Amino acid sequence: MKKNMDDVRFWPGNIVVAEAAVAAGCNFFGGYPITPSSEVAAHMALLLPKVGGHFIQMEDEMAAMGTVIGASLAGAKSLTATSGPGFSLKLENLGFGYIVEAPCVVVNVMRGGPSTGLPTQPAQADVMQARWGTHGDHPTIALTPAFHQEIYMETIRAFNLAEQFRMPVILLLDEVLGHLSEGVIPPKPGSFEIINRTKTTASPEDYVPYDTSEGDVPPFAPYFAGYRWHTTGLNHDRTGFPTTDPDTVTFDEKRLMRKVTGNRELIDKVEYFQADDAEIGIFAFGSTARAAMVAVKQARAKGIKAGLMRPLTIWPFPNNQVLAFSKQVKTIIVPEMNLGQIVYEVERSVHSDMPIHRINRVGGVPINPSEILAGIEEAA
Amino acid sequence: MSFDYKPYLRYEKLPHMWCPGCGIGIVVKAMIRAFDDLEWDPRDIAVVSGIGCTSRAPGYLNMNTLHTTHGRALSFATGIKMHRPDGNVVVIAGDGDSTAIGGNHLIHAARRNINITMIVNNNNIYGMTGGQYSPTTPLGAKAATAPYGNLEPSFDLPHLLRGAGASFVARGHVGNGRQLSTILKKGFAHNGFAFIEVVSNCHTQFGRRNRMADPMNMIKWISDRAKPLKKFGQMEEDDKAKYFPVGVLFEEKDRPEYTATYEKLIKKLSA
Amino acid sequence: MHFEARFSAVGGQGIILAGTIIADAAFLEGLYAAGSPTYTAQVRGGPTKVDIIVDSEEILFPRTAEIDFFLSLATNSYKKFGTDLKEGAIVMIDPALVTIPDEHRELYKVYEVPIIQLTSDKMGRMVYTSAVALGTMVALTDVVSEESIRKALKTRAPKGTESYNMKALSIGIDYVKEMLAKGVTT
Repeated sequence: MKKNMDDVRFWPGNIVVAEAAVAAGCNFFGGYPITPSSEVAAHMALLLPKVGGHFIQMEDEMAAMGTVIGASLAGAKSLTATSGPGFSLKLENLGFGYIVEAPCVVVNVMRGGPSTGLPTQPAQADVMQARWGTHGDHPTIALTPAFHQEIYMETIRAFNLAEQFRMPVILLLDEVLGHLSEGVIPPKPGSFEIINRTKTTASPEDYVPYDTSEGDVPPFAPYFAGYRWHTTGLNHDRTGFPTTDPDTVTFDEKRLMRKVTGNRELIDKVEYFQADDAEIGIFAFGSTARAAMVAVKQARAKGIKAGLMRPLTIWPFPNNQVLAFSKQVKTIIVPEMNLGQIVYEVERSVHSDMPIHRINRVGGVPINPSEILAGIEEAA
Repeated sequence: MSFDYKPYLRYEKLPHMWCPGCGIGIVVKAMIRAFDDLEWDPRDIAVVSGIGCTSRAPGYLNMNTLHTTHGRALSFATGIKMHRPDGNVVVIAGDGDSTAIGGNHLIHAARRNINITMIVNNNNIYGMTGGQYSPTTPLGAKAATAPYGNLEPSFDLPHLLRGAGASFVARGHVGNGRQLSTILKKGFAHNGFAFIEVVSNCHTQFGRRNRMADPMNMIKWISDRAKPLKKFGQMEEDDKAKYFPVGVLFEEKDRPEYTATYEKLIKKLSA
Repeated sequence: MHFEARFSAVGGQGIILAGTIIADAAFLEGLYAAGSPTYTAQVRGGPTKVDIIVDSEEILFPRTAEIDFFLSLATNSYKKFGTDLKEGAIVMIDPALVTIPDEHRELYKVYEVPIIQLTSDKMGRMVYTSAVALGTMVALTDVVSEESIRKALKTRAPKGTESYNMKALSIGIDYVKEMLAKGVTT
């Protein structure tokens, strides 16, 4: 970050999340202590009451997620942060968030697993859980920033997407990013877009809670604003009341998916690094993408044309972008801090028998550039 | 002049889904009478529930209503109340929902003394899932998952809640709707966490398995055991086991309420 | 320019702040910085460290690989964290608290400064250990200027302690300078 020292903040990633959340207008945090995400909660506890917002530490992870959705339905911009085991525990209520369409942001600072795993060390092994963790069909938006300035901006984007599409949005970090300190220049208020959920213009008498006549995202009415609507985790019709009518349920579930599939141009975000003329492609996200960037530079210094594609929006997965990338490169290498997860998405995006190489590591030590460089050299 | 329930009910959602003779209807009626006595505007009330027969009650109430996940109603309610301390927040849930899967939230909401009224419709059984034993099923009673009689001792809910720090603990029963309404009114008006156990009947799932398949028999079984707190206190210890006290069992008015404490912090920090 | 430093101690010795000061000083000079503390159960007396990387270009891979400057205030932290040192790295130890294998004196440039004793005698309060330690680094490396470190430390120091921190920094710098002037070899 360049660089007036007065503007640069040397913050751990977890602090960046909290600062950016408040900048995005977040005014509620419900959490539960868990390593390595706890600093997000501690910093929100410090910041929120100063700006008139509310922080609460709940008795468990499920309750924390409950408060976040409850506050959202009352009109708050709400946030929670957790890690592996806590994310597992939150998943049922996360699904509730999808079906009632409550905007909120859930941060998962990934650590080693399964179970208690490696509480203080990084992993990227919850990436599939983020997509498929809660039961039933549901849409997912998950973001994977890699640099602290990006964490700041992607936290704001997470809130914006949550508000725009009335759904929970997941911010996936890992322990490397959560605890790493680096320079961040918080953008000036007003210099970035803030999206707030569309409020209904209907009168309380005419309000239909899941009215989709104007689009797939129904206008919102917060509690205590005169609207008296019913919110339920049961499949419901446009009035919000339970239904088991197959056509109504089918329509509504497809609509929930369409909020994401029908708005890809507003949700997708992919960055490339020296990819224009790349022959050896790398697909990596989060902190692993940073190691990949070093490897790309080192490979190019050796005359190998390597290039990186890294998603900032990992869900929905950028299948089309990976397909296009695959047509340009000879092979794709997928390094990830797990035993092979996102590689499946890469493989099914590439409509050919192109070799897809895996570089996997668990055990709590990040994949380092030399491992990726070795992969590049082998594939070249 | 007869009482007008219309402003509080979603008439178009009737008839309700409960069994004929179910105690939950009596609880809903008592809630509405208490709201009306307090002149609470339905637009300023949020009723939150979890999963189960009792948790279907909000669907019939014409207010801000939230039917959440199993056991978690109090956590959603806490989020609502924190963000909008000016709103009246009431939770209604069954005994399985609120004392088993939701037991942790129950004791912690009580400890926090957040201004939410928690009504537990205690019919001693999981009704909706088919009559499994709950933490309040009496020892020895039969249930779908206790075919040889319940082997587990049950919770004494008022004692549990008082121990957890609730500043208002009361009990009513479905055999006396008028009294229940008065108790609920006191609970709603209490500034802090108010816990009200309603001893209720599930003749379908509990009664059928325990020789009380008729709702009137079961409500009589409840009514006969209910004693006002004062009378209960004067009983011999041996008799006490056969009865339960009703009324406001414990009340502490000046304990700091959680959201008020938090608002003070906000004020202090913004000054 | 690429520089890696590691400050290691045991929990309670208070060296974690050092990384932040170096980063702030780096920002002042238009450089990039990244820092990672140890993240384990945070026990008093347990080995702890902070890694700091300073670079003239954006830091992509934020983990240390070839450490240029390593400071240790405890033998157990030396053993645990004395890895990934560059050949010829500057190793600064407090001789009262750290014993190191003899062969390390050949691999690295080892300096012995009684940092804890100095802090205790001259400052009276151990919270200034970070500043004294920083002083030793400033005197032995040119990664960031003394001026930038002073400015960063002044900004970061809790109100009312600025002058004490400046003094502590000078104690570290002066001790090392004197030592070098005397021609102390490693």
